[in-house]
Amino acid sequence: MDLDALGACLTTPACVVTQATSGLIVGMLLFLVAAGVTLIFGVLKIVNFAHGTFYMLGGYVAYSALGATDSYALAVLSATLAMALFGVVFERALMSRVYGSNVLMQLLVCYAVVLIFDDVVKIVWGPEFHAMGMPPAFQVPPLFIAGGVVPPFYAVLIVIAALIAIVLGLGLSMTRLGKTVRAAAINSQMVSALGINTTLLFAIVFAVGGGLAGLAGALAAPVRSLSPGMGFSILIESFIVTVIGGMGSIGGALVSALLIGMVRAFGTIGFPQFTDGLIYIVMIAILLLRPQGLFGRSP
Amino acid sequence: MSGLITRRTMLAGGTASLLAAPWVARAQAKTLHIGMQSILSGPIALLGTSSRNALMMEQDRINAAGGFLGRPIEFVFRDSKGQPQEAARLTRELVNTTGCELLIDAEASSGSFAVQEVVRDLGVACIHSNSETSSLTADPKIRVPTAFRVARQGVHDAVAGSIYLSEYANTKKLNKWATCSPDYAYGRDTTAQYLQFFKQFKPDIEITTEAWPKLGQPDFTEVITKLIQAKPQALFTLLYAGDLSAFVNQGNIYALFGQMAVATPNVDYPVLAAIKNLPPGIQSATRYLETFPNTPANKEWGEAYFKRWNERPTNWSWQNTVAMQFYESAIKKANSLDGKAIAAALTGMKINTPFGVDGTITMRDDHTTINYAIGWGQTTPKEPFIIDVKAADWGKIIELETDWKKQQKYI
Repeated sequence: MDLDALGACLTTPACVVTQATSGLIVGMLLFLVAAGVTLIFGVLKIVNFAHGTFYMLGGYVAYSALGATDSYALAVLSATLAMALFGVVFERALMSRVYGSNVLMQLLVCYAVVLIFDDVVKIVWGPEFHAMGMPPAFQVPPLFIAGGVVPPFYAVLIVIAALIAIVLGLGLSMTRLGKTVRAAAINSQMVSALGINTTLLFAIVFAVGGGLAGLAGALAAPVRSLSPGMGFSILIESFIVTVIGGMGSIGGALVSALLIGMVRAFGTIGFPQFTDGLIYIVMIAILLLRPQGLFGRSP
Repeated sequence: MSGLITRRTMLAGGTASLLAAPWVARAQAKTLHIGMQSILSGPIALLGTSSRNALMMEQDRINAAGGFLGRPIEFVFRDSKGQPQEAARLTRELVNTTGCELLIDAEASSGSFAVQEVVRDLGVACIHSNSETSSLTADPKIRVPTAFRVARQGVHDAVAGSIYLSEYANTKKLNKWATCSPDYAYGRDTTAQYLQFFKQFKPDIEITTEAWPKLGQPDFTEVITKLIQAKPQALFTLLYAGDLSAFVNQGNIYALFGQMAVATPNVDYPVLAAIKNLPPGIQSATRYLETFPNTPANKEWGEAYFKRWNERPTNWSWQNTVAMQFYESAIKKANSLDGKAIAAALTGMKINTPFGVDGTITMRDDHTTINYAIGWGQTTPKEPFIIDVKAADWGKIIELETDWKKQQKYI
C-alpha cells in the first residue's frame, strides 16, 4: 500500500490526466463487452458465458481483415459485422435450444463453444500470439494535456465507445425496437402475446451483443496480443461490471465499467500489490449496500 | 462362390494377423516415447512451440543416428496452457498412461515446480528445459535425484546482466530505475536477484517503482502510466514473449521508450519480429543469437531451424536441443533408461554443443548447466537485431553465484 504516492498523484494534474485516461480506456473497452452481456441477460435472462469468444474472434477477424485490406476502419467494421452475424448463428443454432433449461445446461453449451472456438483459432491462426500493430494513422506522438500523457489512439477509442454508449442508450429509450427490447426485458411472454416476433427480437439482441464484443476485440487488437483463450480474462471482468452495474442495465454497465477502470488506474499507484483484489472489494462493498447492483431492479 | 472366397480370404487374413501380432507388438513397444509438456497455446505459446520444433529436429537427428539404445524415439507432446496443476497432471499421465520412459519438462517456472514434485514421486529421468528460477535446482530441498535443468538460470543471468547494466548505467549516469516483471516465481525471484547484484555493483541506484503485471495480462495501460508517473531514468523488465510484445506495442503509443532507457534479458527473435516499431537501443541479453557465439556450428543450426520452420529459433529452442544432446550422451554412457543410471551419467557431464561459450556445456553436480553463451548488447530494428554484444565472464558468474547460494543457505 502506497497512500503517499496515491495522494501525490491525485494532487498532480499530470498524474490525474494520465491515470484518468488510462481508466477511461480500460473502462470503455470493458463496457463494450459488458454491454452485450447485460443486454442479453436483460432480455433473455441468460448469462452468455461464451461472450469472451466473441471478443477474441473479433480481434482475430480484424487482424486478418487488416492484412487483406490494409484499412483499419474496414477491419473494425468487418469484425463488428462478423461477430453480429456469429451472434445470430450462435443464438439460433444453440442458445435458442436451451432457453428455459437449467443454468448448468446453458453453461455447458456456452463452455463448449468457448473450447471449440479456442481450438478453431489455434487451427486457423495458430497457437502463438499475434500482434496487429498500430495503424499508421495513429503512429504519432502522444498528446500532452496539463502535463498528462494521452495517446491519440486511446482518445479515439474513448470517443468511439462513448458514441456507442450514447447510441445504445438513445436507441433503447427512443426507438420502437429499443422500447420493445426493454419491454421484453420486463416480460417477454407479454411482448410475444402482443404479436411481436420475439424469435427475431432475441436474434437481434444477440447480434447487437456479439457485434459490440467484436468491436471491442477489433479496437483492442492494435495494442493487445491476440492469442487463443484471450476472451476469458475480459469475460470475468465483464461479469464483475455487469453485477456491479445491475444485471440488465446498460447505464449500470457504463458506470461500473468506468468505476472498474478508475479503480485499476489509480489502484495500481496506491495499492500496487492489491489492484485485482481492490476490484473485488469494491464489488463486495456495492453488493452489500445494493444487492441488485447500482442500477439493477430489485427482484 | 464369391462368399466362400471372402470367408477364406478373411480366415487367411485373420490367421496372418494372429501370427504377425507378436511381431507387430514388439515393433510398437520398441519405440521409445518421450513425454514433453509445455505452453503450446496462449501469449507464451511461441516459446512452447519453438521448444517443440527444436525437439522434432532432434527426434529426426537422433533417429537417423540409430535412436537411443537402438530404439527409435518419438515425442508425445502435450499442452499445459501454462497451468501448473495441468502440467503436473500431464506429467503423471505421460508416464503412467502413455508409457513415456523419459521426460522433457518444457514448462516455464510456474509449471516446473509442480512437475518437479511429480518426478520426485515417479523416479523417472526428467530434464527441465526452460525453467530459469534458480531455486529449482539450487535449493537442495527442492532438487530431485532424477531431475536436471538444461536452461539458463536466473542467478547466472542476474550476475551477467548486473555487471553489464551497472557499466551502462555509470556511462549514461542512470541512477533512478524502475522494474516491471511478471507476477510469479520467475519474475519475483529473478528481479530480486538482479537488484541484489545491481546494487552490489552500483550502490547508488534508486528503485523508484516496481510493477508486477500478471502473466498473460492483456492490458498494460495502468502499468505503463504508473511507470510514467514514477519518472525513472531507466526501466528493467523481465516480461517476455507475447507479454513483452504487447507491453512494447502499448508503451510505444505513450512514447514510453523515449522517456526512459530500457533493459531486458528476454528479447527473442520471434518477439523482435512481432514487435511493431521496435525501439532501437534497448539493452538486451542474447537469448538466442545466430551470431553469438559467432561460430559456424551455431550459425548452421540457426539456419537449419529457419529452413525447416520458416521462423527463427528462440532461447527455448536451443535449450531443448541441448537437453536432448545431454540425454543422448548420458544414455549412451549409462547404457540404460533407468532414472538413477541416467542421473549418475548426467552429473558432471560435459558435452560438445554449438551453444556453449567454448563449444561445450557442463552439467554441474547440482543438476544445472553452466558455460552456455550469455552476452549483452543493444537492439537494432534490423538484422542481426542485437549488436555490440559483450560476452559474460563465467568465472565471475560462478563466484557470485556461490556467494548467493551461501546467503540462501543452500550450501
